[in-house]
Amino acid sequence: MFVNEPVITVTHGVVGYDGRPVLRDVSVAVTAGEVVAVLGANGSGKSTLIRAVLGLVPLAAGTVELFGTPLRRFRQWHRLGYVPQRLGAGSGVPATVREVVASGRLARRGVLRPPGAADRAAVADALDAVGLADRAGDPVATLSGGQQQRTLIARALAGRPDLLVLDEPTAGVDAASQEAFAGALRGFVDGGGTVLLVAHELGPLRPVINRAVVVHQGGIAHDGAVPEPAGHHAEPGHDHVHPHGPDEPVGLWSR
Amino acid sequence: MSIELFQYPYMQRALIGALVIGLAAPALGIYLVQRRLALIGDGVGHVALTGVGAGLLFNQSPVLAAVIAATLGAVTIELVRARGRTSGDLALALLFYGGIAGGVMLVGLSDSTSANLNTYLFGALTTISPTDLTTIAVLGATITVVMLALRPALFAVCHDEEYARVSGLPVRTLNLLLAVATAVTVTIAMRAVGVLLISALMVVPVATAQQVTRGFLSTMGAAMTLGLFAAGGGVWVAANADTAPGASVVLLAIASFLVVAVLGGLWRVVRRRNTPDPTPVAEPSEVVLR
Repeated sequence: MFVNEPVITVTHGVVGYDGRPVLRDVSVAVTAGEVVAVLGANGSGKSTLIRAVLGLVPLAAGTVELFGTPLRRFRQWHRLGYVPQRLGAGSGVPATVREVVASGRLARRGVLRPPGAADRAAVADALDAVGLADRAGDPVATLSGGQQQRTLIARALAGRPDLLVLDEPTAGVDAASQEAFAGALRGFVDGGGTVLLVAHELGPLRPVINRAVVVHQGGIAHDGAVPEPAGHHAEPGHDHVHPHGPDEPVGLWSR
Repeated sequence: MSIELFQYPYMQRALIGALVIGLAAPALGIYLVQRRLALIGDGVGHVALTGVGAGLLFNQSPVLAAVIAATLGAVTIELVRARGRTSGDLALALLFYGGIAGGVMLVGLSDSTSANLNTYLFGALTTISPTDLTTIAVLGATITVVMLALRPALFAVCHDEEYARVSGLPVRTLNLLLAVATAVTVTIAMRAVGVLLISALMVVPVATAQQVTRGFLSTMGAAMTLGLFAAGGGVWVAANADTAPGASVVLLAIASFLVVAVLGGLWRVVRRRNTPDPTPVAEPSEVVLR
């Protein structure tokens, strides 16, 4: 990828749920090599923004382009790694960490081709990058919340994407996992990757982020340097947790 | 014990048919359990019964008519599910009960006896003709091969549908494939255990396996083995004790579930007794409130 190559371009994007506008006329551009944090209160529309970028919610107006291609015609899904907020509320059938991470290779391999040596190597590398190599054979349901989150990051990394899109990757995650996650992200960025992440708290991620977009009431309130935390938010070790807004899905299986 | 019974061709066909279904049903069922649609086989079976009734009424092949009705039903259920609104629940209820009521009514209108209806409600393994067996074997083998070959993609879709969509997988096609596979499996299993017991063969072996397995592939392998065991053992029990084959197969599957549950529980207790408590490692708390 070349520097300044457009990676994500949202132009005048509008999203509404059941007639209620959630994003109004939002324009954001992310270029290659940037690490952009989308910040904002719960219910501000920040999760909706990245779901619109991924094509998971339809735009009522405006356009989204990925790597310079309109979303409707975009087919290079292997260039994109998506990390959802959390693993589905535990599906009925057990799955090992390695099996979940191996799903990340499908965008590259397609549906019909069986996994080969390159796939296995990429899965092993991704597990190493998040520090879960020793848990590869364990059922994901037995992992802590932070380790499950790292599993999802490994799944996205296994596809060797150019762009990572993460939805609140550190929400409710223990400190050790946050550090492991920050390390994995740093490695990805050093390798030339582009990152768009939604966050509530930057925590250990702060040094990696080079731009912040603040979403407020469905519009962009700030786009530029990372804002300094104010008041008690600035205290070291501050970590706060809020109930989630009504427009954020409770889980992958919530519908 | 009477192995001699299996010298008769009709018993051999019953056994082979049961084994094919015992292998194919859990191979599909594991995906249905994973996406929490364990009872969908039941619903599709109800709809298939309308097809049976229509086939009997118009003197067409009941099995062929059932395949068509079940496929239409399964695809409708999938489309309702994909829309994903609460009203889907009620739409499914209408489809299920409409299916069974339609089946009972159409069978009644045709010249068939109620014994004929029972054949489809509870299965009639010993009446499988050589043509039936060929159909069951070909369709059952196809289902098994497709479910095994597409495992990574089907696993991804059933595990995390949004992620699968962002991976560029043909999510809708894969979902419809699962719906059609459900319809086909239901129709071939109808001959073995009947529409009222079909879900049992899809779901119970998976439920048994996942008590002791750690991964998806191992669960799939164990469930298919258990399905084979229940099908073969059920036919053997039915031949020797002169019980209904369908019910014998299902009861054997449920008995396996109970045995594994009890043994698994005992094993966990024994292991806890034998290994001294390790010093509890404090798991870092997920959330720090200050």
